[in-house]
Amino acid sequence: MEKMLMKGNEALAEAAIRAGCKCFFGYPITPQTEVAAYLSRQLPKNGGVFLQAESEVAAINMVYGAAAAGVRTMTSSSSPGISLKAEGISYLCGADLPCVIINVQRGGPGLGGIQPSQADYWQATKALGHGDSRVFVYAPNSVQEMVNLVVIAFDKADEYRVPAMILADGLLGQMMEPVSFPEISANKTEKPWATDGHGNNRPHNIANSLYLKPDVLENSIWERDSRYKQMEMTETMADYYCCDDAEIVVAAYGASSRICKSAVKAARDQGIKAGLFRPVTLFPFPKNELKTACRNAKKVLTVEMSTGQMVEDVKLALECKIPVEFYGRTGGIIPTPDEVLAEIKKLNENKGE
Amino acid sequence: MIYIITGHYGAGKTNFSINLALHLAKAGENVSVADLDIVNPFFRTADFGSLFRENNIELLSSKYAVSNLDIPSLTFDLTEPVSNGRTLIVDVGGDDEGAKALGRYKNTIGTMPYEMIFVANFRRYLTQTAEQSLQIMREIEAASGFKITSIFNNTNLGEETTPETLEKSKAEAVKLSLISGLPLIYKNMEIDVFVKTPFYNK
Repeated sequence: MEKMLMKGNEALAEAAIRAGCKCFFGYPITPQTEVAAYLSRQLPKNGGVFLQAESEVAAINMVYGAAAAGVRTMTSSSSPGISLKAEGISYLCGADLPCVIINVQRGGPGLGGIQPSQADYWQATKALGHGDSRVFVYAPNSVQEMVNLVVIAFDKADEYRVPAMILADGLLGQMMEPVSFPEISANKTEKPWATDGHGNNRPHNIANSLYLKPDVLENSIWERDSRYKQMEMTETMADYYCCDDAEIVVAAYGASSRICKSAVKAARDQGIKAGLFRPVTLFPFPKNELKTACRNAKKVLTVEMSTGQMVEDVKLALECKIPVEFYGRTGGIIPTPDEVLAEIKKLNENKGE
Repeated sequence: MIYIITGHYGAGKTNFSINLALHLAKAGENVSVADLDIVNPFFRTADFGSLFRENNIELLSSKYAVSNLDIPSLTFDLTEPVSNGRTLIVDVGGDDEGAKALGRYKNTIGTMPYEMIFVANFRRYLTQTAEQSLQIMREIEAASGFKITSIFNNTNLGEETTPETLEKSKAEAVKLSLISGLPLIYKNMEIDVFVKTPFYNK
């Protein structure tokens, strides 16, 4: 189809419809409100249910119900709202229920502010809910990629029975870019576990995260952990720009990766061997891809719209063999390409140290 | 003169408002621009403060614009610049939601002669046809109590816009003009100042 101009939040919503999402439950919050506004108009026209819940907590528990019934389902919020959903997300993990959760990040902590931020990295990748639970975390950096990753998120969530998060930010949610929708054939994973009516032909299916016997619980956790390990082996995604001969590798995801790309281009124009490594999956983190990107690196610079969270994963992946520096702005302030360029130059001057 | 700029959000209302303001200021008019967008707190006219100062264009915006407060507050008087003989451009928020804020000025500037321009973008998802665009025009009129008087075809694909993008939309623009009974205006206006994302080096 011909390209159309869409807002990031609208693109997330339209992609969900095309990926076969039939139930959306949410509660409004800036800067993701257009996701819900769009779905309230369009989802019912496409045979789905849009429901504005009484709270974020209610919404995520409705997602639990729809997911248990085997339906493709989604919720969407921004940082403080995601914190409210935390308990429900852990329950979804514990009951092995697939769903898609969108976080269009804003400044925190607390109510913070409505401007873009990437300060929920730790929450998304390490502890979105309590217990030994993880979720897929996809970090788009363009409106087109928001479309593509929503489709992948639904497929992978179903395949692994693990919730998937799209970790965007206010900048991506609000910006307009041309997009096209590729032919999407909703991947139909069999769901023999779904609570969709036994018809007297099979035992009851129960979606549950409560185990009365510790050893049974432990076994279920290790089984789930083996799926997380499998995700780390086969489901990582990353993007490279000018990394082949790069001595200074900038590591950044989402909106900040676009700012960094401008800075890397400018550095190259000035003869500095700079490159950009962009993780697309934040969990599982693309460790091997990062090592490949840094094969000629003398210094690594992680750039985030936070006080420095992904920088820890970058250091771990590189096993501290290459010095990793950090530059960030936070609280809704977006770093400029010039600021990042200045940091690249500084590292380039001291790259021998 | 009063110019009221409306349209679907993402049509390029702010882009058009800025370019119209610069165009009129260069022609020697004293221009005031009012940012009435209480819907989108991110990309807005108020971001162009310095460009406006350089061109002696007065900017009226919410004192909370471009801040962390998501408060739909409009604290300025739109009649003042008009009674001082200035040309007023009112940049209204997207869709009927944004147009509601304009309704508050129905008994002030709504009683004066005005040109209300609908900014159309036929490459915007869900406003691809003349019929869909007319539907939005009607919703904006119902929400604001103002009548649209003309149409500006601003069909664009953001940074991927080419001359063909606009060329290919002309038939749909003519159709919208016919079914709405309103003229297409500024057919040859150069749009050369753009709302930019913060990703690029200056």
